[in-house]
Amino acid sequence: MENRSFVTISGHSKENILYLIEMAKQFEKCTNRNLLQGKIVATLFFEPSTRTRLSFETAANRLGARVIGFTDPKVTSSSKGESLKDTIMMVSNYADVIVMRHYLEGAAKYASEITNTPIVNAGDGAHQHPSQTLLDLYSIWKTQGTLENLNIVLAGDLKYGRTVHSLIMAMRHFNPTFHFIAPKELEMPEEYKLYCHEHHIKYTEHTEFNEKSIADADIIYMTRVQRERFTDLMEYEKMKNIYILRNEMLNCTRPNVRILHPLPRVNEINYDVDDNPKAYYFQQAQNGLYARQAILCDVLGITLNDVINDMKDKS
Amino acid sequence: MSENKQELQVAALKDGTVIDHIPCDKLFMVVQILGLEDMTNNITIGFNLDSKKLGKKGIIKIANKFFSDDEINRISIVAPHSKLNIIRDYEVIEKREVQMPDVLVGIVKCINPKCITNNEPMKTIFHVVDKDKCVVRCHYCDKEQVRNEIKII
Ligand SMILES: [Zn+2]
Repeated sequence: MENRSFVTISGHSKENILYLIEMAKQFEKCTNRNLLQGKIVATLFFEPSTRTRLSFETAANRLGARVIGFTDPKVTSSSKGESLKDTIMMVSNYADVIVMRHYLEGAAKYASEITNTPIVNAGDGAHQHPSQTLLDLYSIWKTQGTLENLNIVLAGDLKYGRTVHSLIMAMRHFNPTFHFIAPKELEMPEEYKLYCHEHHIKYTEHTEFNEKSIADADIIYMTRVQRERFTDLMEYEKMKNIYILRNEMLNCTRPNVRILHPLPRVNEINYDVDDNPKAYYFQQAQNGLYARQAILCDVLGITLNDVINDMKDKS
Repeated sequence: MSENKQELQVAALKDGTVIDHIPCDKLFMVVQILGLEDMTNNITIGFNLDSKKLGKKGIIKIANKFFSDDEINRISIVAPHSKLNIIRDYEVIEKREVQMPDVLVGIVKCINPKCITNNEPMKTIFHVVDKDKCVVRCHYCDKEQVRNEIKII
C-alpha cells in the first residue's frame, strides 16, 4: 500500500513542493470546503503546542472533517507507560488521518511505518516540522512570486532553530543564496554548511546584524534567541539586543523584502516593525492554515484537480 | 610459528566456520552480535593471538555452522576486515571477507537519547552512509555516527 504520510519535507521533489503550494493557493482562494466531509482527523499532541494544534484543527474543520484527539499527555495512557505503537494502533482504528506532535525525534516516521493510516508530522522534537516549512515556502512564493534565485537572510539562533534547517533543505531545488547571521555561539552547524556544499547552495556567514547585512535581502527570516541556549548569561544579555530587527533598519532594504518569523517572538522583532508593509509574520501564520489544508487533502488522496473542480462546483 | 600452530588448530575443525583477523578489542562484540552465547555448537574462541597484520588478533571457530551473508555481514560494523574460512571435511573450501551492508537492522544503538528508538520497544535501522569511514545514519532521527561512537545493542 502506498504510504501517503507527510513526515518530512527534505525528501520531497521540486515538483511535489510546487504542487502542494499550488494546492495551498486554491485553499486561500476559497477556504471553506466539504472535501473531507465524513472523515475523522485525530490530533495527538504528546507535547503541547497550542499554535500548531489550532492551525491543524482549523484546517480540518474548514474542510468539513471532524476532529478527535488529545493535547495533554498527562491525561492519556502514554503517561501510564503505553508505547507509542499501541497508542497509534488504537487511534488508527478510529481516524482517517493522524496528526501527531511528539517530543521524541523520529516518532512520526516510526508511526508511519506501523500503520496504514496516513501520519502527518506536526513536529518531532528538534528534528522536523515539515508543515512549518511548507507554510514558509508558501509565504516566500506568495510574496516574491517565485521561489527561484532569492536572497534569503536567516538571523538569530541558527544552531538550534529547526525551522531554518528544514528551510535550507527544502530550498535546495531553487538556487537560493543564504546569508547566515548569528552570534558565534549560535552559528549554523557544520552539518548544514556541508549540506549546502553538497547541494551547491551559496551562502555567506556574518555575526553583525545591521542595515548593511540585510540591504540585498528578498526575505529576512528571524528566529528567537533563547536565553536557555546560553551558558553565560552576560553573553545572552549582550546578544539579545544585537539581534533585534528595528523599523529604521528597513529604510534601505529592497521594496520586495518581507520579514518572516515562525512565532512566537520574544523581542527579536521590535513592535515598531509590525506596521511596516514589509512585515509579514502574521500573514505567514495565516498561510499555515492553507498549507495544512493542502497537506491533509494530499495524504488522504485528494488531488489538486479534485480541489479545483470542487471550487467550480461551488461557483 | 604460532601462525602455523593456529592453522593446525583451524585444520582440526571438521565442518564449520573460522572467523579470523578480528581486532582483539572487538572480539567480544563480535561474539555478542553473532549471538554465540545462545548457540549449542562447539565453539572455540582465541584471544590475543599473534598476528602479522594486527599485532594481536582474535579468532572464532564454530563447528557445524555456516553463516548467510546477512548474518555474518552484521559484524562488519565492528570488525570490517575480518576474514571468513569455510571448512568442509577439514579443508578450507572458501575464503571470504565480510562486507559492510547498506542497512543495519537491530544492531546499532542510536547515540541520540531523544531518538524514538531509545524510548520505544523497536528495532533500530541504520543506513550506511560511508563504508570506508564507517559512517551510519539513524533511519528515524537522522543522527549520524562514526565507528568509534558505535554501540551495539
Ligand atoms: Zn536515532
